[in-house]
Amino acid sequence: MTMAPEEPKTETPVPEGHVKLTIDGEEVIAPKGELLIRTAERLGTVIPRFCDHPLLDPAGACRQCLVEVEMGGRPMPKPQASCTMTVADGMVVKTQLTSAVADKAQQGVMELLLINHPLDCPICDKGGECPLQNQAMAHGRAESRFVDKKRTFPKPLPISTQVLLDRERCVLCQRCTRFSAQVAGDPFIDLLERGAHQQIGTAETADVLDMASKTTSGQPFQSYFSGNTIQICPVGALTSAQYRFRSRPFDLVSSPSVCEHCSSGCAERTDFRRGQVMRKLAGNDPEVNEEWLCDKGRFAFRYAQAEDRIRRPLVRDASGKLQETSWTEAMRVAAEGLAAARDAQGVGVLAGGRLTLEDAYAYAKFARVALRTNDIDFRARAHSDEELSFLTSQVVGTEGVTFGALEKAPTVLCVAFEPEDEAPIVFLRLRKAARKRHAKIVHLGQWTTSSVRKTFGELLACAPGAEPAALAGLASHAPDLDAALAQDGAVILVGERAAEVPGLFSAVHELSARTGAQVAWIPRRAGERGALEAGALPTLLPGGRPVTDAAARAEVETAWGVSIPESPGRDTSAIVAALADGSLSGAVIGGVDPDDLPDPELAHRALERAEFVVSLEMRPSGVTKWADVVLPVAPDVEKAGSYFNWEGRRRPFDITLENTGALPDCRVLDTLAVEMDADLFTQTPAAAFGDLSRLPAFAARPAFAAVAADGTEPGVRLATWRQLIDNGSLQAGEPHLAGTARPAVARVSAKAAAELGGDTVTVSTDRGAITLPVEVADLPEGVVWLPANSGDSRVRAELGAGHGAVVSIEAGGAR
Amino acid sequence: MTDPLTPVLTKRWLSPNSWRLATYEALEGYTAIRKALAGTPEQLVQVVKDAGLRGRGGAGFPAGVKWSFMPPNEDKPHYLVINADEGEPGTCKDIPLMMADPHSLIEGCIIASYAMRSHRCFIYVRGEALHCIRRLNAAVREAYGAGYLGENILGSGFDLDITVHAGAGAYICGEETALLDSLEGRRGQPRLKPPFPAAAGLYAAPTTVNNVETIASAPFIVNAGSDWFRKMGREKSPGPKIYSISGHVEQPGQYEAPLGTTLRQLLELCGGMKDKVPLKFWTPGGSSTPMFTAEHLDIPLDFEGAAEAGSMLGTTAVQVFNETVSVPWAVMKWTQFYEHESCGKCTPCREGTYWLAQILERMVDGHGTAEDIDTLLDVCDNVLGRSFCALGDGAVSPIQSGIKYFRDEFLALCESNKRELVGAQA
Repeated sequence: MTMAPEEPKTETPVPEGHVKLTIDGEEVIAPKGELLIRTAERLGTVIPRFCDHPLLDPAGACRQCLVEVEMGGRPMPKPQASCTMTVADGMVVKTQLTSAVADKAQQGVMELLLINHPLDCPICDKGGECPLQNQAMAHGRAESRFVDKKRTFPKPLPISTQVLLDRERCVLCQRCTRFSAQVAGDPFIDLLERGAHQQIGTAETADVLDMASKTTSGQPFQSYFSGNTIQICPVGALTSAQYRFRSRPFDLVSSPSVCEHCSSGCAERTDFRRGQVMRKLAGNDPEVNEEWLCDKGRFAFRYAQAEDRIRRPLVRDASGKLQETSWTEAMRVAAEGLAAARDAQGVGVLAGGRLTLEDAYAYAKFARVALRTNDIDFRARAHSDEELSFLTSQVVGTEGVTFGALEKAPTVLCVAFEPEDEAPIVFLRLRKAARKRHAKIVHLGQWTTSSVRKTFGELLACAPGAEPAALAGLASHAPDLDAALAQDGAVILVGERAAEVPGLFSAVHELSARTGAQVAWIPRRAGERGALEAGALPTLLPGGRPVTDAAARAEVETAWGVSIPESPGRDTSAIVAALADGSLSGAVIGGVDPDDLPDPELAHRALERAEFVVSLEMRPSGVTKWADVVLPVAPDVEKAGSYFNWEGRRRPFDITLENTGALPDCRVLDTLAVEMDADLFTQTPAAAFGDLSRLPAFAARPAFAAVAADGTEPGVRLATWRQLIDNGSLQAGEPHLAGTARPAVARVSAKAAAELGGDTVTVSTDRGAITLPVEVADLPEGVVWLPANSGDSRVRAELGAGHGAVVSIEAGGAR
Repeated sequence: MTDPLTPVLTKRWLSPNSWRLATYEALEGYTAIRKALAGTPEQLVQVVKDAGLRGRGGAGFPAGVKWSFMPPNEDKPHYLVINADEGEPGTCKDIPLMMADPHSLIEGCIIASYAMRSHRCFIYVRGEALHCIRRLNAAVREAYGAGYLGENILGSGFDLDITVHAGAGAYICGEETALLDSLEGRRGQPRLKPPFPAAAGLYAAPTTVNNVETIASAPFIVNAGSDWFRKMGREKSPGPKIYSISGHVEQPGQYEAPLGTTLRQLLELCGGMKDKVPLKFWTPGGSSTPMFTAEHLDIPLDFEGAAEAGSMLGTTAVQVFNETVSVPWAVMKWTQFYEHESCGKCTPCREGTYWLAQILERMVDGHGTAEDIDTLLDVCDNVLGRSFCALGDGAVSPIQSGIKYFRDEFLALCESNKRELVGAQA
């Protein structure tokens, strides 16, 4: 008789840093420190849970995830919360699948959660996508034994203009409070009362049931991230004022999308119904936004639904009024006008910072092919040659610092960059790095802003304009920081207002070269990095090719079949100046607000003076006011495309709302070029991207041309940047969001405030004045801070000045 | 038979002005710290271990072992926190001790702090005990004045500061981690463990939380030695214990007797049942410990004895009820207490106590049904061992034990509803 040889017993080797345990009879290897609930999930066993969230610290509050655990052959006397217990070698776990005790414990907790939960699912926003509803179906009893009185509360309680709280629905899992305290650093909501009366609330809701707008510290409730609490609420307790009662989840069509606001490029999910976007949710992208969104990204989408959306082409008639017309008519007028202007003094292109890569490429190509010029610039903001040199030599085509690198960085220095206002998701990563890994976050700025506080950061304070000197002298006045920047993985982040400080990019470049710290440029607008890559600059062709580099130019000329002017074109300021003095005849302008330009007054004059202006716009603006032809273009949700986020990561997205009739810029420009007898091959975003991708890679970069810092003029210096939620045109039509904007206040030092006296301060230049309530901050003497575009504080438009400008301040008198 | 009373902690209580430093010093006070400070911290921990002193707050964890969990280095400040948030229904031993003999606690704090290399001790006193807080503060001031606290205590080079902190009256703050959160100025709710307080307690630094009675025992152990301590009580539960006896007895009060004393002996000490009305039920250690009945008169009241009989020693708060008391009513009152004091953090305790209280209220009101008794027991089963901390476990003890021993009384309350139903069917 032959016998099968005995199977040799093979022990699965346990890798270093891992443990072996058994879950429901199945052996599993898990990394040390992993929570049981995640290990089980990897095996395909979903243990029900409410308080557990992978991005929040464990709480163990809801007790829904109880399992039976045996350690060293000895069963633990009580069922254990699998969301708080970490794996251990030799552990034997029985979930609800194999343990009657665990199953009963889970059913019991579910029943208890439901005794006070209303049965209002049919009218609750969460109904249909509710973890409580779903898990109650899976792990609960069909009928409740509870026959007594449910706990009720007056409802809803607005905890901000955009978040409403229905306390009787709340299961007190504390996800919202933990998110606010841990992730956002805005502990404006907390638990109040105790026992069955425990509830979520703000400082003012404890006794007062009306609108709460203050936190315990007396700070107004303004979290830029409060919308996340709505999304992670496992029941319908927190709802969005914008979305409440507007639709049912099962009526919505969901489409993955990318945020169009800042340069983080967050993954989003856009939910629409009958051709209208109803809401946006955070997508899950661990490499970029994890599962979070800022409130601007979440709530600011109503601009595309504005009543005044331009949906048909407009042409200015003989009486000077814009009249709706056909596309063919508009294209003919635009092409003729542009051709004439081109052949006269020429046409400049202001592309704006909010274009997709594909659209920006179309502008860059349109300028060269149809207008035969390098007069193109995407920078609809203060800019400088130094910045241009920095972008073309250090930024374009690079893929260096990432969100992940920020999280692991031992030290991050933010220069002229206010993370919470300018790139909120970067802020969250910096806070996470500081909170979890004790990263040192240093801010070269003017005062201890909430970004500084909430990243557990350190402020290197200096007057606006003195930043280059501060960086240059780092080795002597902050040797510890200087040494920290030399550590592996240290990062310097530089923001858009660095362009307003002469010598700052040079100082950053020098510091990076000396310490080895990596530099990342974080622009404020979503389209800037893509436009840089696409060559929407006077000195740059697509792929980082310098206009002045003959070989580089030749590659593009071959691909495009045209010859490109060999000298650099005009930048934004020069284009505006040339339009104003008549040395340029016409302009093609994308989404640009003249009030954002360095000199708004000159910009308005230039547009008025220009012989021919074509505006590609969504809504009436300071440009359409003077445009000869207005061509409507599609908002983000009505087109496909991609953004390059600040990391240099391409963030493609598909069309969400199809067949609205709106065309992307690249299509409009393609048709316009055809009308001018030129071919762009950018009929669709895909075609435009294909055309761009066919260009060969180009690696050579010009050297950075350093610029010396300015001598410091005497006088009071203005510090300013844009707050996240402000007067920006993409936030139009969203009052709930606007209600959480930080108020427009001027900030001065305590000494200056005392000298000024009174509650308000007037900041003025020879252009105009802004009067705002004054608040004291730890600003250096001789510095005043204004929000750049909040409420009445429209710094560019009113003062014609920006960060670092010399202004005068005086007491503002009564308001 | 030897005297059943062993006045150790209570021995000064009846002296005139027992709370004053002068009285304390005249009665051997502050002699133990001289011995203690002359030795090493390790020696002190060993003496307390040898004595077998077990925590007097209810759980009975060996105090010396707990002390030895404190890290030997001083990378971070070490804290000793005294849990004087005496709030368990029926318990009245710590507050009388601090009223009558506050210096024994302070001396104990000095010894324990020295043993654990702590230079800062907090006494967290229940906020309602205002008189006690004042007396304790006065005693701390006296001790500072006499050089027993502050820098370089008695020339030993050891520094210690004591802060008396008033709680705000939450039962949950007797749970040691909730106490620490409350002491830090946060909302008093229990913390996730690990980390345990010895690793990251108060202000995330190594911390030991001990009950008042435990710490007040330390000077006596240091003075008289562990063998002396072990002469009292039983093998695994040595030492004297303050039994606080309340309810239907002739002379309620604090009786200090060796661990393992039975209720029968205690009743003799306090003059028997009031007006000779027979005993019906009693708690061995406060309302969180399952109740006993007249059957359990001879159970030795120490940690093992109470546990073997299906209850717990708890805080030795013996509440005695005679035959005039309705068990469902008493259980309802206790349940209302837990509903009121549940901190709300976890579902089973928060929702469970809310539900249980409503059912019991309805029953006592005459609207219960027999099914309600099953529901009560099943909800108790879903709370016991499922809640975040032991408050939930304590909350169901009276109900489970009440129904276990007196189911008929609960059923009787439901009787009228049963009849109504029968009548409806006819």
